[in-house]
Amino acid sequence: MELILALAIGVLVGSGVWLMLRPRSYQVIVGLCLLAYGVNLFIFAMGRLYVGAAPIMPKGGFVDPTAYADPLPQALVLTAIVISFATTALFLVVMIVSRGMTGTDHVDGKERLS
Amino acid sequence: MVEQNLLLLLVLMPFVSAAIAATLPEDARNAEAWLAGLTMLGGVFLLVILYPSIQDDGIVTRPVHWVSSIGLDLNFRIDGFAWLMMTLVMGIGLLVVIYARYYMSPDDPVPRFYACLLAFAGAMAGLVLSGNVIQMVVFWELTSLISFLLIGYWYRQQLARDGARMALIITASGGLCLMVAVILMGQIAGSYELDAIIAAAPRIVTHPLYVPILLLFLIGAFTKSAQFPFHFWLPNAMAAPTPVSAYLHSATMVKAGVFILIRFQPVLGGTNEWFQIVAGTGLLTLFLGAFIALFRHDLKGLLAYSTISHLGLITALIGIGSPAAMVAAIFHIVNHAVFKASLFMAAGIIDHETGTRDMRRLSGLAKFMPITATLAIIASAAMAGVPLLNGFLSKEMFFEATYVWNNGTFLDNAAPYIAVAASAFSAAYSLRFILAVFFGPPSRDLPRTPHEPPVLMRLPVALLVIACIAVGVFPQETLGVVLQTASESILGSKTPEISIKIWHGVNPALIMSIIAMTLGTLIYLSRRTYIDTGEEGPALTRRFSFARGFDELMNLLSTKLPRQALRLTSAHGLQAQLRALVLLALAGAWYAVINLEWHIPRPTIGQSEVVFALLWLVGGACAIGAAWQAKYHRFAALILMGGAGLVTCATFVWLSAPDLAVTQLLVEIVTTVLLLLGLRWLPKRNEEIPGDDALPARIRRGRDLLIAVACGGGMAAIAAAVLLTTPGVSVGDWFLRNSYVEGGGTNVVNVILVDFRAFDTFGEITVLAVVALTVYALLRRFRPAPESVERPRPQREADEQELQDYLYIPGLLMQWMFAPIITLAAYLFFRGHDLPGGGFAAGVTLAIALLLQYVASNVRWIEARLTVLPIRWMAFGLTLSTAVGAGAWIFGYPFLTAHAQYVDLPLVGKTPLATAMLFDLGIFALVMGAIVLMLIAIAHQSLRVAPKQRKSEGEAT
Repeated sequence: MELILALAIGVLVGSGVWLMLRPRSYQVIVGLCLLAYGVNLFIFAMGRLYVGAAPIMPKGGFVDPTAYADPLPQALVLTAIVISFATTALFLVVMIVSRGMTGTDHVDGKERLS
Repeated sequence: MVEQNLLLLLVLMPFVSAAIAATLPEDARNAEAWLAGLTMLGGVFLLVILYPSIQDDGIVTRPVHWVSSIGLDLNFRIDGFAWLMMTLVMGIGLLVVIYARYYMSPDDPVPRFYACLLAFAGAMAGLVLSGNVIQMVVFWELTSLISFLLIGYWYRQQLARDGARMALIITASGGLCLMVAVILMGQIAGSYELDAIIAAAPRIVTHPLYVPILLLFLIGAFTKSAQFPFHFWLPNAMAAPTPVSAYLHSATMVKAGVFILIRFQPVLGGTNEWFQIVAGTGLLTLFLGAFIALFRHDLKGLLAYSTISHLGLITALIGIGSPAAMVAAIFHIVNHAVFKASLFMAAGIIDHETGTRDMRRLSGLAKFMPITATLAIIASAAMAGVPLLNGFLSKEMFFEATYVWNNGTFLDNAAPYIAVAASAFSAAYSLRFILAVFFGPPSRDLPRTPHEPPVLMRLPVALLVIACIAVGVFPQETLGVVLQTASESILGSKTPEISIKIWHGVNPALIMSIIAMTLGTLIYLSRRTYIDTGEEGPALTRRFSFARGFDELMNLLSTKLPRQALRLTSAHGLQAQLRALVLLALAGAWYAVINLEWHIPRPTIGQSEVVFALLWLVGGACAIGAAWQAKYHRFAALILMGGAGLVTCATFVWLSAPDLAVTQLLVEIVTTVLLLLGLRWLPKRNEEIPGDDALPARIRRGRDLLIAVACGGGMAAIAAAVLLTTPGVSVGDWFLRNSYVEGGGTNVVNVILVDFRAFDTFGEITVLAVVALTVYALLRRFRPAPESVERPRPQREADEQELQDYLYIPGLLMQWMFAPIITLAAYLFFRGHDLPGGGFAAGVTLAIALLLQYVASNVRWIEARLTVLPIRWMAFGLTLSTAVGAGAWIFGYPFLTAHAQYVDLPLVGKTPLATAMLFDLGIFALVMGAIVLMLIAIAHQSLRVAPKQRKSEGEAT
């Protein structure tokens, strides 16, 4: 389980990085989204993997923390999901505007000369 | 106790008045003047009340505890010297306010002027009354900052902008040096309290860092007091309105430098270094200032250099540092402030009434404005040091201090000669001011016909001149006691019994004075034509311009060097920059991974592992497919990316994170819609990009592929390395134990977000709001690419009816779904505290409900029936969250402290009711508003171009 998830994170990050280095702005957006998946999973995995143990507790009293999933990485990732959405939205708009102003979707605003 | 609070009031009052002044209407000149005047008058009144306790106790302090645990407290203290300075700040402030009422033209925006002036008075008060040296530096920099605003008041003039910038750069960088110096002193003394530092003087003077501290400290003081070689900002600051010059450049701001020199003289003074540097700089500035002043044709320019010269005189006295010299320095601070402020005001009146300040054009004004002329003549006589005026007395004391033997060094021996020479030039320029402006034939070609100004505009000048005469004739009666108190607070037991007399008999000082006066008169009268009409100063001072050198230095530092650095270090284009970043991160991670020890256990392969592996086979294929197709097949890439997102979502479900799964799923939907909306505005990619298949492009792709594989592999390795270790104790355990007891919720993730770490969430939703507003703002000005403006091909080819029916059944279904989805949103919201859901999820859900309506029918139809005001939702959300957070203050808890309770509601049963839920409601409203705002802003783009399109179609047919 752990190794599969590690590989999955690797694939997501690898695809994301490759796209991030591409010249077209749309590629970069998709790359950032994939990278966000990878990073979110990575942060989430830092709390270790629990199957069938959600961080929802019975009401009241003392609980044994080992019986529940670690809530902290989950809280962090929940925030990260929303923020990465905001980043995507902002970047999309910058892309649209830059395309309108420069006439190209190259990330530098002009086609490569060579 | 009352006195202590009055002290606090003295600092706060000007700032409060400044805030009020800034909000008054543009043309409320009288109201502004009354407000500022009453504030200054109040300050004077407070000082009068405070005086007895200062005289009795020596020092009144008012500590304000702030963060005592790290030694960060405010401390206000007033002693005799600070009292004297404050009296100047408030007293001259009052006169300047009255003067400014008549000086400022009705076209000038007065609220800004008075607000800055009052804030400046407040900053000066803070500086003078600081008992903590760090606090002192903060107020010091504040005076620099506000003086920038005041000098640049007429910001449409290039000269004002340049002068303001120069003053700010020089005085503020001096302030930074001063800060380093006081921090070092504080470290040596073990406290940042002024009194502790003064008590630690012997340790500081013998410390190995004494010379660096002294130099840094002096740079701070000299930049502020316009001492050579930092003097050049002051003449350039004359672009300020004259009331500002009269206030800042005679009585207050430039005096801050000498104020701090006197304050720290007991700490740093008494050494040979102090004497040589401070007295040397002071004497040099004294002479140079007086010399250059003689040749200035601009009235204010002459006064500016004269100010530099007089500040040099005070600095020289402080450098000499004997008790008598210190008393003289304090005395001259007052005298100079009084006569120079009146002269600046007189110059302003002349400028105001004649339209020029050029002494080559002014002449014979005594006939047109006899009263002003008399006042100005007396004031400049005081400046020259004519007997029976205040300037004479302090100048005598200065001569006395230079003449007596101090330490026998070269500088000490040369001091009397420099003093006499400088005084001769001082007498010469004062004489020039009087003769050139007020006597001689009446000038003809003035822009305005001169006449007497309004009485109230003249009144401040008159009062100051009366002070000049009063102090000059009855020094002991007017200033003796005050001067005694002020000197005692600096010199302590070494204070001499002060008795200022006009007549000491024929002593060396008097002889020096007579020589200087005679010499000055001779200098001016013998070379009068050259001085009056020639160029501004001898060739040497013209060629060697500090201001020009400063400009060139600034140009070098702010333009040339950065450009060079950019050229040398920057990567060309975004791709290269990102590549550099990625490689750097890779190298950093490499160091982390290389040293790990690997113990990979034999993986157990059960049924669930196989399914999970299959799941990620799909997910990985989607990710790689998206990466592969994103260039030419954007839509396919988008769908594939969505696939990877769904697999991520499934992983969250599998691995016990229901909250994440819900949020991920919802955000996934919104992201896809968002990108779909964006696709339209990208260029068509029907054919291959030129050169895309060429060798260089292939090499680039190959290189990037290598980097990507390395990154992916490295990330997988790091993830595996962490996952294969057994976890230690996590902070999460604490949250699990306390979530129900303290937060009153069983869904720990939600409790963390809205209660334990609510402040983080608060920051996050603020970011979301900022992003949404940015998107909205960017798109309001957006010009779409010309070829994207056309309506899409399927729309153009189909007829209207076909378009209407295109999505008829799905559209109807989507309309029906509106209410159920809203219910779902409410459901998610209310269960959030105990079960997966919460404000984020509910907000996104409601946003999706609205979005579906936009998808289902055309925008106009939907907006005719449904009004969503996303900005109001956002404002409501943010306000609510803030209000809930601030509400905790009322009960004496820190910001965002939550309160949880279970309430029995009829029918519903036991319901959790926490203030955190209100906070969650704020999150909900904001998230919903932000998403809708962004999506609608993008969706409306097609609406904006559509009418134009129809019109051109109509023309075509």
